[in-house]
Amino acid sequence: MADPLLLAAYILIFPGFLFLFAYSMVFEFLDRRIVARMQNRVGPPFFQPFADIVKTLGKEVIDPEGVDRPIFDAAPIVALAAVMTAFLYVPVIGASPLAFQGDLVLVLYLLTLPTLALMLLGWLSRNIYAAVGGVRAVTMLFIYEVPFFLALVMPTLMAGTWSVSEIMAWQKEHLWLAVLQPIAFVIALIGLQAKLERTPFDIPEAETEIVAGPWTELTGRRLALMHLANQSAAVAGSALIAAVFLGGPALPWASGSAVLDAIAGFLLFLAKTLAILLILATVRGATARIRLDQLNVIGWKYITTAALAQVAIVLVMNAWEVGA
Amino acid sequence: MTRVVVPIGPQHPALKEPVNFRVIADGERIVELELNLSYSHRGIEKAAEQRDFIRALPLIERVCGICSHSHTTAFSKGIEEIMGVEVPPRAQYIRTIIAELERMHSHLLWLGVAAHEVGFNTLFMWTWRDREAIQDTLEEMTGNRVHYIMNEVGGVRLDLSPLQVEAALVRLPVLEERIRAYVEMVEAEETMLTRFRGVGCLSRDEALCFGAVGPTARASGVDYDVRRDDPYLAYAEIPWNVVTDTNGDVYGRTRVRIGELGESLAMVRYCLEHLPDGPIRVSVPKTAPPGEILSRYEAPRGELVHFIRTNGTDRVERIDIRTPTLANWTSVAHCLIGRPLADVPVIVAAIDPCLSCTSRITVSNRGEDAASGTPPRTGWEG
Repeated sequence: MADPLLLAAYILIFPGFLFLFAYSMVFEFLDRRIVARMQNRVGPPFFQPFADIVKTLGKEVIDPEGVDRPIFDAAPIVALAAVMTAFLYVPVIGASPLAFQGDLVLVLYLLTLPTLALMLLGWLSRNIYAAVGGVRAVTMLFIYEVPFFLALVMPTLMAGTWSVSEIMAWQKEHLWLAVLQPIAFVIALIGLQAKLERTPFDIPEAETEIVAGPWTELTGRRLALMHLANQSAAVAGSALIAAVFLGGPALPWASGSAVLDAIAGFLLFLAKTLAILLILATVRGATARIRLDQLNVIGWKYITTAALAQVAIVLVMNAWEVGA
Repeated sequence: MTRVVVPIGPQHPALKEPVNFRVIADGERIVELELNLSYSHRGIEKAAEQRDFIRALPLIERVCGICSHSHTTAFSKGIEEIMGVEVPPRAQYIRTIIAELERMHSHLLWLGVAAHEVGFNTLFMWTWRDREAIQDTLEEMTGNRVHYIMNEVGGVRLDLSPLQVEAALVRLPVLEERIRAYVEMVEAEETMLTRFRGVGCLSRDEALCFGAVGPTARASGVDYDVRRDDPYLAYAEIPWNVVTDTNGDVYGRTRVRIGELGESLAMVRYCLEHLPDGPIRVSVPKTAPPGEILSRYEAPRGELVHFIRTNGTDRVERIDIRTPTLANWTSVAHCLIGRPLADVPVIVAAIDPCLSCTSRITVSNRGEDAASGTPPRTGWEG
């Protein structure tokens, strides 16, 4: 991957940005389709998410009165850029060529940016629903982010590395970390569901309470970009969890051919991310939205405690060298 | 956050009907609430006074898009009582069947809406799908899905053929199965329970004090149902129970309504199986003697009251409709104070508000009362 042209192709086309956008459309389609089938509906046709994006991109951009335009325009772009960057460090067809020690931390922080952008958008919108939604988004961030981070850095304790790609490689020789750290895996899934603001954690955009929360005043390309950022974050988040807990696209054996390995790894990646999507979509279809104060109690009392318990368990396992 | 004013309505995704709450919230907690009704003045009462009984009925039916049969039954029941007409038993049974089917589809609709308000859209889709079976039955029987126009002064418009009865009876077991599933779901669905339990609490004394009616009152342990306490139609002859609950919150109201679904289904089945023979209507005089009557009816949302005054002509001199939603509003305002903002939709939805039906009542003396912003409870504007 030393070839700069190849690297550019990796970043821009596959499995970089272009693939990310395409896959996020497929992701959204499947997500909506699964939930629709659960609800006894037909669901959207395959190209619907793409059509939605194209349509909203072409729509008029309406500025709320007195809005700070440069920041209002920039926030969705920053959110999307952060997610796109995060995706580059997540293994898709094998270890990421950009991997370095500590990229896990970078990915986690980059995935936090969309929420902050959303808070900013809500605050700038000069709309009471958006402001309340923005405050809710950032309040929720404080609740789920701690256990989510704890859950995702726990593999580093066991694998002894801060790189997503190396954690993935570690699982080739050992068991999946989802097996070794089941509590962390579940917490990571809960955290991802909350990060993506999906039911039961769609508190910041609760339609029946605050219209669309921070999204209320978003129109045209701002809405399209923010939506794309959210969908891409779903892909990046699923891919991250797949890599860290489910062994990602790493093959347990090598066929000898680099191309075959890449294809097999990619298929594994698809299978694992779609499996995670299935879980996320099922949860979305099967739950009601909980209240912020209830989430506060659940998050700090139970989820964070469980995460800390998992840390203790992992430390004990390390001492006894279980799974090593 | 400091105190903010969150306007909810008259256009808002939570409430599809025109009502306005000015919610003054301290962060997420509601500290003050201003309720503003009366956005849609339709003048239906006044219009009904201009028409003779035959032509007033279809109009009265359109007071509400869900309890349409309730309004016509309350109206024709009142007129029949003034006329001193005895409605044949077969007509009474058919009216009861339609009334209970209406209650079922209304309660299923409510369950879906309540689920939607807490973001549980799957249940919303399911109940609205099952509701279709009831509406199909109603369409088979009356020809219409919403405004059945089944009532006439003196009886009902259409008879039920044995084939229709059979078709309706075939649908009931499927519905029974679904209702059983909902009973289980309401007890087991954890996220829904967290949103329903302890929300919108109304004690028995408060329910009585605020004059709550229907499932809202019964969920607070008020054992009161017009169908039993002031029997009309065939309710005195059918075996059934009043469903009450002691929880007093949204959860309790859900349990009452789901319990009533089961009761209604049993009533429909009993009526279909024991449908008496005979005529479906009697001929009535064109005019009604002078008189006043308070016609009470247990609509799906609670006690519905029609005040009717006749003056010896073929039309009413005065009709005043008090919908159950109006009786329940004050309890809602009471329930909301001190609650988080997120509870507004579900607490409001818990009384199953029907706003355009309620909004008929407007300020009559536009002078000092209108200026002070306190709407007096009068209905002379129709």
